[in-house]
Amino acid sequence: MTEKELDEKSVRDNLVLKTALTAGRIMMENGSEVARVEDTMKRIAKNAGIEHSKIFIMVTGILMSIQDGAGAQIEPVTKRTFDLQKIVVVNDLSRQYAHHDITLDEFARQLNELDKNSLYFPFWLQLLAAAFVSGPLEVVFRHNYNLCDFLITCLVGAIGWAIFYYLSKLVRVRFVSEFIASVVIAVLAMVSVHFGLGINSDDIIIGSVMPLVPGVPITNAMRDVLDGNLVSGPARAVEAGMSAAAIGLGIAMVIQFY
Amino acid sequence: MAFLISIVATYAATVSFGILINIPRRALNVSGLIGVLAWVIYSGIVQIGGGSVTGNLIGAFVIGVASMQAARHKKMPVIIFTIPSLVPFVPGGQAYQMIKNFALGNPAVAADYLLQVVMIAGALAFGFVLSELANSLQRRYLTRQKLLKQTGIKEK
Repeated sequence: MTEKELDEKSVRDNLVLKTALTAGRIMMENGSEVARVEDTMKRIAKNAGIEHSKIFIMVTGILMSIQDGAGAQIEPVTKRTFDLQKIVVVNDLSRQYAHHDITLDEFARQLNELDKNSLYFPFWLQLLAAAFVSGPLEVVFRHNYNLCDFLITCLVGAIGWAIFYYLSKLVRVRFVSEFIASVVIAVLAMVSVHFGLGINSDDIIIGSVMPLVPGVPITNAMRDVLDGNLVSGPARAVEAGMSAAAIGLGIAMVIQFY
Repeated sequence: MAFLISIVATYAATVSFGILINIPRRALNVSGLIGVLAWVIYSGIVQIGGGSVTGNLIGAFVIGVASMQAARHKKMPVIIFTIPSLVPFVPGGQAYQMIKNFALGNPAVAADYLLQVVMIAGALAFGFVLSELANSLQRRYLTRQKLLKQTGIKEK
């Protein structure tokens, strides 16, 4: 190989590594299971003509190397949000790349774009969704068919979610926002029963904290442990446990004061 | 009537939770339907006296298998369907009673509820394990069929 060819190869290898690592990071940040991230990254490398790649994924960082050529690179995973739409978009991009619908440069560019933008539903719709997680689940869990309790649960659940949403932007620690939101939920439930708006404060609290339940970490912890990822699985279980404990503590505190 | 209300409530809760974790719009309806299907089977098992642990186990199994079919059909990751549909199975009521009794100083009652939470969570996890087994069996069958088709060998 001439010097020029070697240079080109190294530039391309670096681009492949960068693209695969960015794709992996976006997926890890937004709550994908480890096996899927590894699979997607391997596919990207393979479709770029690199037969053998070695990938090591943890919840807090990704390490990847490819056969002869560029050295291994590390990509830290610092954020942790739940935006499953982004996982689907990365998946689709990877599929398009496999079918040669987009080039590697285009792929890298679109990933950067995706990384910058947030694809969340509008806030009012999230608020409505929080209300409709809370109310119906109060009915399903407690077999409480009282209309007043249903409406109050919807309202309290939506307020709790709004508090969680805004605190998450202010405070980086997720558990703090969950704790404060659950305190507010418990207080509002107690107050509403005190003024005769609701009947059963237990049912109202149970329904209203449901939007805060860490569903993504719990499910992922289970899947990761089953796949044999014994580092990521328990780490995610700890995350889920901390969230559950934060919610539980908030409620317990209010109950004790009451 | 109560049953109908519960079905509508399960659907609404599943779809709404899907919105909160931002799953793609075209997956919302399907995940709601999977949630309802699993919940109907669960409550059927509880009705005939199968117990809530068995109900949760089979409910989680149904979610795992149905989500895999949906994922294969829609070409989307499977967690998009499993996470929202598991929401009606979360042992929220028991967990709340546990916390409440701990806070009010009834550790014996709280321990009882804790055991229930652990049992239900374990049943859900084990149902998931079983569905993984069914899914990998199906995957093996499908790849085998594909391979046979490509090579043109007739199966004996």
